[in-house]
Amino acid sequence: MFKGGKITQGDQNIPQVANHGLLKYPFRLNFYDEPPLFDVTIEEFETCALDRLRILAEIESSAARNRSWEETKAVTSAQCSKYLPLSPTLSKFADRDGERKRDHLSHFVLRLAFCRSEDLRRRFVKAESTLFKTRYDDDISGERENFLNSRNFNWILVDQEEHTKFSTELIAAYQGPKGETDRVSERYYKVKWTRVPDLVEKRKVFLKGGWAYVPHREQSSIVFQEFEAHLEKALEMTARLLPRLDEDTRLVPILNNLSQGSLAGISSEWANASGSTNGAEIRAEMVDNLAKKHFPLCMRTLHDSLQRDNHLKHFGRLQYGLFLKVLGLSIEEAIAFWRKSFSRMTDDKFNKEYKYNIRHSYGLEGKRANYAAKSCLQLLTPGSSSDHGCPYRTYSPENLQSTLLSSYSYLGLGSADLPEIMATVKAGHYHVACTRVFELTHASSGVSRGQGIGEGESVTHPNQYAAKSMELQKAKENAMEVE
Amino acid sequence: MLTFYQRLYPFKSIYKWLNHENAPTRLFTHREFAFTLAGDVYLRYNSFSSAEELKKQVCHLNPTRFEIGPVYSARPRDKKTIRSGAFSPQLRELVFDIDMTDYDPVRTCCSEADICKKCWGFISAAVHVLDSALRDEYGYQKLLWVYSGRRGIHLWISDREAMALTDQERKALVGWLTVIHGGKETDKKLNIRNNAGKLPPSLQAALNHLRTVFGELILSSQNCFGSQEGYGELLKAIPDSRIVETLRTKWEANPSRTSEEKWTDLHKSLASHRNLNIMEDIIIQYTYPRLDAEVSKHRNHLLKAPFCVHPKTGRVCVPLDLESINKFDPESVPTLGQLLQELDTIGMSMDKEQTREAHSDWEKTSLKPYIDIMEKHSNALMDEVRREKRKADTSW
Ligand SMILES: [Zn+2]
Repeated sequence: MFKGGKITQGDQNIPQVANHGLLKYPFRLNFYDEPPLFDVTIEEFETCALDRLRILAEIESSAARNRSWEETKAVTSAQCSKYLPLSPTLSKFADRDGERKRDHLSHFVLRLAFCRSEDLRRRFVKAESTLFKTRYDDDISGERENFLNSRNFNWILVDQEEHTKFSTELIAAYQGPKGETDRVSERYYKVKWTRVPDLVEKRKVFLKGGWAYVPHREQSSIVFQEFEAHLEKALEMTARLLPRLDEDTRLVPILNNLSQGSLAGISSEWANASGSTNGAEIRAEMVDNLAKKHFPLCMRTLHDSLQRDNHLKHFGRLQYGLFLKVLGLSIEEAIAFWRKSFSRMTDDKFNKEYKYNIRHSYGLEGKRANYAAKSCLQLLTPGSSSDHGCPYRTYSPENLQSTLLSSYSYLGLGSADLPEIMATVKAGHYHVACTRVFELTHASSGVSRGQGIGEGESVTHPNQYAAKSMELQKAKENAMEVE
Repeated sequence: MLTFYQRLYPFKSIYKWLNHENAPTRLFTHREFAFTLAGDVYLRYNSFSSAEELKKQVCHLNPTRFEIGPVYSARPRDKKTIRSGAFSPQLRELVFDIDMTDYDPVRTCCSEADICKKCWGFISAAVHVLDSALRDEYGYQKLLWVYSGRRGIHLWISDREAMALTDQERKALVGWLTVIHGGKETDKKLNIRNNAGKLPPSLQAALNHLRTVFGELILSSQNCFGSQEGYGELLKAIPDSRIVETLRTKWEANPSRTSEEKWTDLHKSLASHRNLNIMEDIIIQYTYPRLDAEVSKHRNHLLKAPFCVHPKTGRVCVPLDLESINKFDPESVPTLGQLLQELDTIGMSMDKEQTREAHSDWEKTSLKPYIDIMEKHSNALMDEVRREKRKADTSW
């Protein structure tokens, strides 16, 4: 990777030659066959990668929210023009080569960051191919045609004789829009069926002897499949070569940051920054942040183990899901949140086994009951175990103390506070312990000992805890605005 | 069971079939075998370097049955000592499983685990449709049909291209072949036609065959629309409520009308509305193959080896000739008990002749015709591989 090119510190100084019609990158679309072989600054390396990451993050988020293809495309296009615009070849005044160079470079930087595990590779391929599809759809048809002609896709144009021979079958297999069925004149491409599995799965092609007859309007399926297969192979190759790159100590931290902050991380950062948190609506991306500031220990531990393991057992899921519902997550956001949290699960499995349960808890399936979130009393009933239920009761003393510190020390809970809390726990007053933790962690909002969650009330419901905490934060923010 | 493995089980044929050549290749040595022992002990990730080694272990463990899995990137028995990234399924026969229980909503003769000659008609129709689709549309040639020992049939496809299919490709192929989505509560309306109301060519070809068996299977043998419940299901498939009401009234008044007569009634009312597509869809609904999709979708799915004995029925899972499948009677399959008795009889006669040759014991039992089918299939497969190798050699 990058062999022949150097990463330079500081400004690069390559004179730009005006090349009208003689572009280094003749096409807007790119299969990224060749690695970038030019010098780049470390800043450029990082910024263009981050820009691309923002686009991919939004694509992942679209998938998690089940956006339709049209919606996804619109959102992706908007992100592209903001962060990585690509002008058509015919727009003579745009810096087409410059734009395409950034696109080229950023793709390869992210390849390095995302080739390191199978999971990251899978996500990268999925997001990149959506990006490619968006650009392919947006491309001016003449330019797209030129691009397609520039590569060998190994398809065989079906000749007249064969076309006539199978004309009945081709018409019967044709799945065009209504009123556009009788397309004898359509051009057909013949490829091995394994190159268009999506079309085969939906019976959208005619198959004969292992060959798929792909109508022109489905030609893009071949292209997209090729793009994905190509990228998958390239990523595996990069992963094998990566250890050599680790010698460059300046790059390693950047790459780690990119992949660990990972797509989801950037997304939530971005969601906060764009100010979409105003109003009562709680979006899937905001949950992580809310959990760290406002959730009682029972929900906080569920959240943390969900994020760590990408999984929660049934009762934990039920309990946390209902809690989030009452907190204000709409069904769409809840599905987006769980989809993203179960990141190691296939779409298929998620849709089959989990989506129904989420919808069920919102009263949209089954007996359509409006299930209430569990109260402390319910969480304290015997039968709850350490992966759900009230941690003040179920956790061992050692475990409880370390969990309290790791969850709340940055909100002001110190080890000096632990003896008092543990004493209440030992006496079996779990809700008192929880209330005391609330007071301690909201001291900065002016809550003092004995005030509880307001007028001396103690915690009886996880949602009450969270709602009160969020209310305090809002009051604090309003106060600051007034000043 | 031990005697069966020692004297009858055709390890050599199975080896040739899995390995495609005489000398051991990865197709055999990297192949997973899983054993089920008495008391439901399940041993996974076994692998063997030869047919003899497999036989030795089988005779040692004496399993109630064993299953065949994929060819992995390393020997399955070394799985514990290699890093998990280096151990993944690479090749695997494309397999299908058709189970009679999926036909419970449409069969009237038996239910659940039972099977009789009548309901075998469903299997026979499914085999015909699948076999021609896989040969004609996908170009596969090395298909082996195996009776599952109880209430279904397995298909193993050994063409090189089929063995190399990824899980994603297998899923696509299964999607192509799936029309009826399982479960009793399924929506009766099929969504299989394009906007011009035409059936895709693959389903048209299936229909052309299914239409020839529908009368005998569904109307006479199963009498699917005889009972009130039966014709109730049929009426659910008809979108026009006026037709439904007219027919319901007529059939309620004449409970003795046969399925054939009801089918004719339906034909008449639909013909006057020029909507015979519905009848075609019903034929497909009742007779199109119902696949257990999960079995086919994943390379690492294990499937019972041919010639194992079904623990409940005692019947041997025998390979079947395509041509004879429509005449096949599950109850005619040799059982373990029967075979052991046959062996005893030969044993006595052989003692007289003083010629003990354990390897050809099966020749004298009723297992012979089935082992012959297996041998023929394995040999054809090996011939093909040899031919291809020679072609590759000369092309250099
Ligand atoms: Zn039956």
